[in-house]
Amino acid sequence: DIDGVGRKYHLELVLEDVLHKDSTVNCTAEVLYHLGNKNIAPDVQFTLEGELRNTDEADNIFYNRIKSLEKELVAENIPDSHGNVSPEMQPVHLLAWVASGYVIWQNSTENTKFQLAQIKRVKQVKRSDEYLEFDYMILLHEMVSQEIIPWQMTVLWHPQHGVQVTQDSRQPKHAPE
Amino acid sequence: TSSMKLIVIFSALFGVSLCLETFVGHQVLRIKTRNEEEVKKLQLLESLEHLELDFWINPSTSALPADVRIPANSIQAVKAFLESYGIEYSILIEDLQVVLDKEKQDMAYSQQRERGSNIFNYGTYHSLDSIYAELDHLASEYGNLVSKLQIGESYEKRPLYALKFSTGGSNRPAIWIDAGIHSREWVTQASALWIAKKIASDYGKDPSVTSLLNKMDIFLLAVLNPDGYVFTHTTNRMWRKTRSKHQGSLCVGVDPNRNWDAGFGGPGASNNPCSESYHGPRANSEVEVKSVVNFIKNHGNIQAFLTLHSYSQLLMYPYGYKCTGPADYAELDALGRAAASSIWSLYGTTFTVGSICTTIYQASGGSIDWSYDYGIKYSFAFELRDTGRYGFLLPANQIIPTAEETWLGLKKIMEHVRDNPY
Repeated sequence: DIDGVGRKYHLELVLEDVLHKDSTVNCTAEVLYHLGNKNIAPDVQFTLEGELRNTDEADNIFYNRIKSLEKELVAENIPDSHGNVSPEMQPVHLLAWVASGYVIWQNSTENTKFQLAQIKRVKQVKRSDEYLEFDYMILLHEMVSQEIIPWQMTVLWHPQHGVQVTQDSRQPKHAPE
Repeated sequence: TSSMKLIVIFSALFGVSLCLETFVGHQVLRIKTRNEEEVKKLQLLESLEHLELDFWINPSTSALPADVRIPANSIQAVKAFLESYGIEYSILIEDLQVVLDKEKQDMAYSQQRERGSNIFNYGTYHSLDSIYAELDHLASEYGNLVSKLQIGESYEKRPLYALKFSTGGSNRPAIWIDAGIHSREWVTQASALWIAKKIASDYGKDPSVTSLLNKMDIFLLAVLNPDGYVFTHTTNRMWRKTRSKHQGSLCVGVDPNRNWDAGFGGPGASNNPCSESYHGPRANSEVEVKSVVNFIKNHGNIQAFLTLHSYSQLLMYPYGYKCTGPADYAELDALGRAAASSIWSLYGTTFTVGSICTTIYQASGGSIDWSYDYGIKYSFAFELRDTGRYGFLLPANQIIPTAEETWLGLKKIMEHVRDNPY
């Protein structure tokens, strides 16, 4: 506890590559949750002890495939009800995971635990520059309240320049049904 | 002549194709490394090509065991190596060829059977109707052991069916298992079905299951919340609650795991009907919950209450409604850890053990709190795979592995219950 400021956590973690389970990297981090105002994202500082796997080849393959599509990519329900993600949609799913990580960070408190539950809809937005742009409607699962929260996010990506969430907004829950 | 040449070539090819690899005398060892040093020794072993070792699980981290197939000629050398470094191992398969021959036999047999009946695919998600049909099929195929009972009706009037596994007696001490209380947790209903099949087919073959069923009964409710389950198929895959309607609100449904009479209405449940954790107008307001409570009370001799949820990979005991420990904390914690260890032994899936309150969150009105305070000492809640990568949308190809590992955990608990009557 830091008087007048908030609560700081010191963490030691192991990062595991979801696609290559035996590739792990140690990490230390400090997370500071601010007192009072719940609208400020927690401060995060971290140090990686090692290197992340190089993904240039896969990144470029995905980038070129999307760039060369005649019609903008559109998809729904990733994964589907049975947990399936087609091979073509795998990178789209992974991109949503990374981008939702940003949204989750911006909206986390000591009493929330968010996970990406599903991509309800994703639409590619054609751009004239080198970036890829996707407009996602995702469902976030919040563990403590058990709520499923629809969230819109606009994601920019480029193999060399990484991921950016340029816009995001929480959506109203569907009609009570 | 050219036709003679052809005959020679064909018979040579034929001969080669008959030269099948055999695994007579091959052993499969499971090597439990305790630290990085030992992992490195294994990796060294792996590099010795003349041993012709075939690693089924490669040594990469001391957190997971390494499984390796060893040709008959190399067995002595490998064991000597391991023993000289004090590296622990166990024999998973004594003679691989024996296992393969049996598998071939089994496959031939089941192919024969398959021609007769429609084989149910346990490795995929099914509709409620399909699950209910399979319950009937199990009760008929294993008629001497399995019977189907209706313990009540859902809000939308669907039957609540439980399977009873019994070898006789009158009101024997029994174990209760339920799944699907939260409808979106599809791997639980699917696993429950696989587990039902497993119990039925293992009786008379597996000594532990056999001795258990010779003394106790098992009740398995595979779909506690059928209305919700149907809704996840027809309308909203993420539906959690029941489908009950309440005066004064447009919102539907109550969280059935906040509706039990244990700290009802306390922290960790919502009084907002539109919330996913709405506790309902009063305890046992949900007919699904009331039906189970009535069954348990009327039976009078339930010794364990085990419930399946997903996801998060947790094995929990009471309490959820308060953060103080149950009186039997030590025994439940030890048993929980033993069960988690059994689960881990199969595929390395780690489950975290603890009370609900300290492990996930404070939550009032939960089922195992009620069962424990009612007097059922062995009350546990499982949260199955995964830890968030797919969450509720667990790929179907993980159903059977999940069911298999969960079964080992359940079995561990049931064996303890069998051996510790109270």
